[in-house]
Amino acid sequence: MSDRMHIDQTFDDDLERIRELIQSMGGRVEEAITLAARALEARDADLAQSVIQGDRAIDALEEEVDQQAVRLLALRQPQAGDLRAVISVMKIAADLERLGDYAKNMAKRVPILANAPQIEGAGASIRRQARQVGQMLSDMLDSFARLDVTLAEDVIARDVEVDQMTNALFREFITHMMEDPRSISACLHYTFIAKNVERMGDHVTGAAEQVVFLATGTRPQDRPKGASTATIDVQPGQPR
Amino acid sequence: MPDELPKDLLFCAPLIAAMPDPALLVGADRRIVMVNAAARELFNAPLVGASALLYLRQPEVAEALEQALAGMATGNPPPQPLEARMIQTGASQDVVLRVRIAPLTDGLGHRAMLITLRDISQIEGASQQRRDFVANVSHEMRSPLTVLSGFIETLKGPARNDPEARTRFLDIMEAEANRMTRLVSDLLSLSRVEADERVRPRDPLSASKVLHDTLAALRPQIADAGLEVSLADLPDAPLIPGDRDQLQQVFHNLIENAIKYGGAGGRIEITVSHEEAPPGIGGPALRIAVRDFGEGIDAIHLPRLTERFYRADAHRARAKGGTGLGLAIVKHIVNRHRGRLSIRSTPGEGSCFSVLLPLQ
Repeated sequence: MSDRMHIDQTFDDDLERIRELIQSMGGRVEEAITLAARALEARDADLAQSVIQGDRAIDALEEEVDQQAVRLLALRQPQAGDLRAVISVMKIAADLERLGDYAKNMAKRVPILANAPQIEGAGASIRRQARQVGQMLSDMLDSFARLDVTLAEDVIARDVEVDQMTNALFREFITHMMEDPRSISACLHYTFIAKNVERMGDHVTGAAEQVVFLATGTRPQDRPKGASTATIDVQPGQPR
Repeated sequence: MPDELPKDLLFCAPLIAAMPDPALLVGADRRIVMVNAAARELFNAPLVGASALLYLRQPEVAEALEQALAGMATGNPPPQPLEARMIQTGASQDVVLRVRIAPLTDGLGHRAMLITLRDISQIEGASQQRRDFVANVSHEMRSPLTVLSGFIETLKGPARNDPEARTRFLDIMEAEANRMTRLVSDLLSLSRVEADERVRPRDPLSASKVLHDTLAALRPQIADAGLEVSLADLPDAPLIPGDRDQLQQVFHNLIENAIKYGGAGGRIEITVSHEEAPPGIGGPALRIAVRDFGEGIDAIHLPRLTERFYRADAHRARAKGGTGLGLAIVKHIVNRHRGRLSIRSTPGEGSCFSVLLPLQ
């Protein structure tokens, strides 16, 4: 955007301020995801608690982005590309806020899982899945900072990997549950977490699509889709 | 646009350019005024003119930066440089950076901040990595050792006078000893590759020549497996910056995998092609693709294939003498070349492993 400056620079300054807020929000969400997954693996209830508390700052930032964006719309009445820019940042902020909620939800399950029978490898699997989403988020934020369409498209393409990982995790948890009914309660929590991380991937993809829209004015092509988790079916006795 | 630089700060330009670590000079209006090449490479962006807060978003760093900015605005810059930790998530491992924000003042009262970033991941990641790694390696070493000691026991006891069993057991023991040797040599090459992963090789070389050499070395294995290998080379492909031995290892591992795990299809196709701007590279690149027509890999395994000691089919991979490190080595070497490894596979139709290597 720096290549097309307005004669009156206030709009650009205001918009940049909002983009800074988005980055700051994104930084907090990145941290929340990493820490929530780490807390889950290490069964660290204190760390989880700090993630839950940290979500307030994310919500407050979204509120601020919203207010500033509405103010910008009201006062400057932007048109065309400028209007697009304001709408995109609002949508990205909404996606980031949802990501924060999912991280918080993961953190909330930590104390429950810490007191349940341990499911071997589950924490590490979730951490890997969350890491994949964390990397997509980090690249999405980078693509937003420098309006890098190629990188944003790369992020969109990578969502399939998260879907595949989720399917693999579902199989893993279902197998555990069939083998040992005592693990059902814990595995259900892990299943919800895995599904939430998969949803996180969708929100990051949604935000990356906004970056493409913001930079080019066109919607990206249909994103690739992995097999839906709705089609998972594990038969008893299936070797794994 | 940033204002003209005060003359005194202009003197910073050659100093910042000469700094080995990524460095950014940020004005009191939080805009980046000056950067060195290392910083441009780290953030993969021109940076100058943009707000520093757009690039330093992590809470700890952003807070330190806001604090320094607030201090400058009120005329009380922090007396000491501020420090914060920043983590960049990379394809294979995280990079931990120590960010240092130092306030600068010139004789005329102009204020700015010098932000430097130093890679401290080796120190930070060392302990965690060592723990994971030791656990895995011990596991991998234990299985051949168990076999060896089991047979030694049998040879000393019940099979002492059974020459037929002795020959058979010694063959198995030899195979297990070979497996351990391969494991150790793979571990060594992995540690070598990792050691200089962040130092990009610069020697120009011809990827086709390396590919031809690798194929020549693998001829006996290809003949044993009864496979047909076709190579669609790119005539006058441009030279790429690379490390000859390491690229040879990449091609060797990929082709060897295709022979071992995709050999059922009877043929392997290797293609070299030129791509203008593939995603994730940001410039022209050379694609080297190794395609087999074997049974393929279930999609659920794809994201984890390059992890150390991960195997899609653990039993079969061990039987074929795999160490579980081949693709991990490939990934590290490709990362070192700032390239990308992509894996596509359809169960029942075969797999395609391709490596994208940037031309610049």
